[in-house]
Amino acid sequence: MTRFWPGILTAAIVLALTLGTLAAVAFRADSWGGFTPADWAAVRFTLWQAFLSALISVVLAIPVARALARRRFWGRSVLVTLLGAPFILPAIVAVLGLLAVFGRNGIISVGLGWLGLPPVQIYGLHGVVLAHVFFNLPLATRLILQAWQAVPGEHFRLTATLGFSAADVGRAIERPLLRATLPGAFMVIFVICTTSFAVALTLGGGPRATTVELAIYQAFRFDFDLGKAALLALVQFAICAVAALGLRLQIPQITSAGLDRVQRRWDADRAGLRAIDVAWISLVAVFLWTPLLMVIVSGLAGIGNLPMSVFAAAFRSICVAMTSAVLSVSMALALALTIQNIASRLGAGLLEATGYLAIAASPLVIGTGLFLIVFPFVDPVALALPITALVNAVMSLPFALRALTPQVQQVAEVYGRLADNLGLTGWARLRHLYIPRLRRPLGFSAGLAAALSMGDLGVIALFGDPDSATLPLQLYRLMAAYRMEDAAGAALLLLALSMGFFWAFDRGGRMDADT
Amino acid sequence: MLTLDGLQIQLDGFEMAADFSVDPGAKVAIIGPSGAGKSTLLNAIAGFVTPATGRVLWQERDITSDDPGVRPVSMVFQDNNLFPHMTAFQNVAIGIRPSMRLNTDEQARVTKALDRVGLAGMGHRKPGALSGGQQSRVVLARVLVQGRPLVLLDEPFSALGPALREEMLDLVAGLIVDAGATLLMVTHDPEDALRIAGQTIFVDSAAAIGPEDTKKLLSNPPAAMRAYLGR
Repeated sequence: MTRFWPGILTAAIVLALTLGTLAAVAFRADSWGGFTPADWAAVRFTLWQAFLSALISVVLAIPVARALARRRFWGRSVLVTLLGAPFILPAIVAVLGLLAVFGRNGIISVGLGWLGLPPVQIYGLHGVVLAHVFFNLPLATRLILQAWQAVPGEHFRLTATLGFSAADVGRAIERPLLRATLPGAFMVIFVICTTSFAVALTLGGGPRATTVELAIYQAFRFDFDLGKAALLALVQFAICAVAALGLRLQIPQITSAGLDRVQRRWDADRAGLRAIDVAWISLVAVFLWTPLLMVIVSGLAGIGNLPMSVFAAAFRSICVAMTSAVLSVSMALALALTIQNIASRLGAGLLEATGYLAIAASPLVIGTGLFLIVFPFVDPVALALPITALVNAVMSLPFALRALTPQVQQVAEVYGRLADNLGLTGWARLRHLYIPRLRRPLGFSAGLAAALSMGDLGVIALFGDPDSATLPLQLYRLMAAYRMEDAAGAALLLLALSMGFFWAFDRGGRMDADT
Repeated sequence: MLTLDGLQIQLDGFEMAADFSVDPGAKVAIIGPSGAGKSTLLNAIAGFVTPATGRVLWQERDITSDDPGVRPVSMVFQDNNLFPHMTAFQNVAIGIRPSMRLNTDEQARVTKALDRVGLAGMGHRKPGALSGGQQSRVVLARVLVQGRPLVLLDEPFSALGPALREEMLDLVAGLIVDAGATLLMVTHDPEDALRIAGQTIFVDSAAAIGPEDTKKLLSNPPAAMRAYLGR
């Protein structure tokens, strides 16, 4: 049993943070009758915007993935890499970039103004959906592209010898493939969008565009109505749990490995189809690149004279991100190794499910629960940063676990008997076998956890005061105070730090990794 | 002496029985058709497969339930015998102590073992920078420093060309004699058995025959073995 304690301890932490905080919240929710029409509206809006976001992302991803799967062109690998960027892009930075394009003073509104037309309106349902599509269209594209590339090249060659047209190939190969892939991609995006907070906070709001997460935040922060916050937290958990468990959610593997292969397609060798593919690829490239370029361009103007408070917040964010990366990777490794070593199938299954539980958990629910738990003993504001690091670590745990588990299994299969024969056990086995052999997924997971934590605007919004603000929270404050030049500079700094940490960890894992 | 006492192995519908002894210092080849259980037999001796019934004895001591790491056994697998992230020196050193914290004497033992297998001065290289033959030599150096009395080879060197493989087999035979160890080697080539093994065990669907003198067995094989040899 002693060999299993790190994994079991990790599972206990995850359970305490997800179900434990939920229990704390439920215990506190004394006024069960207080479900107002506004709360119902929040539930409806949450489900509706998540449905729309997932649907649009997946539908648009189909032609884009098809184009990427069958065309080789200059800049393709850069574009595929860029498709991975929104996943680790701080939500608040993306929102700022989208505002610069679609906002009241954005380039589209300015262009419309020249034509004498009114500016576009980004706040509300379509703004929230737009931002979610910006984040999740790339994810959907990558998931569908993975499926496309799993088709053996022989199948396409066979259809070519049989003289299939593009439509025939679609019927014989592509449609079954999409039927198998699309529901999973849709569900993942749906769940991610139901727990979205930062986007709803900045682009939503008001009675017509409030998500449950945002309603929790408002009940907590503005009204300090703990009963209401608790009730909403339960509703939020129910939404996620039903979506995740009832529909057998699969955690996507977030990697760009293997996406560089292009399959030669004889059926698509026609000018018309080529034009369609070029159009889709250009459209998505412009859609993804323009907001990011706007952040970089307007940020360069403001980054020179940022206030000291931004740098102080950046320092706090770096500490939180590093702590979160170490915690997340340690927990994922402990869980993955225990899952590998535990003899009982049921035990391994339960541990794995626990590790993935966080994908359905809402950071604000966890935050509310932790607040209720620590409130009688210490000032929660004093613990804002440690709690943020811990919650962030648990939130990125599913992705780290997804990256590590297959690799741990492979190392055990290939080197397990040799290590047994050499008496390599315990600490020596971890240090001389697992850690060196798992460098790549460990580096990747640490980078992902650091970047997600760096850009997170969730729990910290509940607890943070000006003295403990992280960089995303500080950026939100600057935006709320209409200090747009400082906000642009801070956004660029945040973007650079998030991407920089991901790049450094991921690269560190790959460098000199003997295969 | 290694004794398999009424050993019965059952794995997912596969069954085999073994009941024999091997004298200390003997060099024994294990031959037989693929799927007959040659590797399973080695895995049972090394402790990777738990027998349904029967015992594995070494010098009259029952080791049936010992962990693989504490058995008197060095095992060489078909492949993946080296850790790619460690240098040749470290790959040998880990055979002395898993923590790899060696004192001066032990370091000297590693260097000497590398010299003995013809890799003097190459200890700092990682497996990726060594040829296939050199990688096999690193594995043998580790077997040497482990100093365990029972050496099991599971179709070793099968990735090497014929000349290099014979060279390696001769090197193994020499090292085993020097160390006074007992050798069991799975092979699919009767020539290997003739080359270095005085005795041979023939494993065929469900049972192990032998060990018997290799030359005698090959010149006058029992009926089941004749089909395998194609005579």
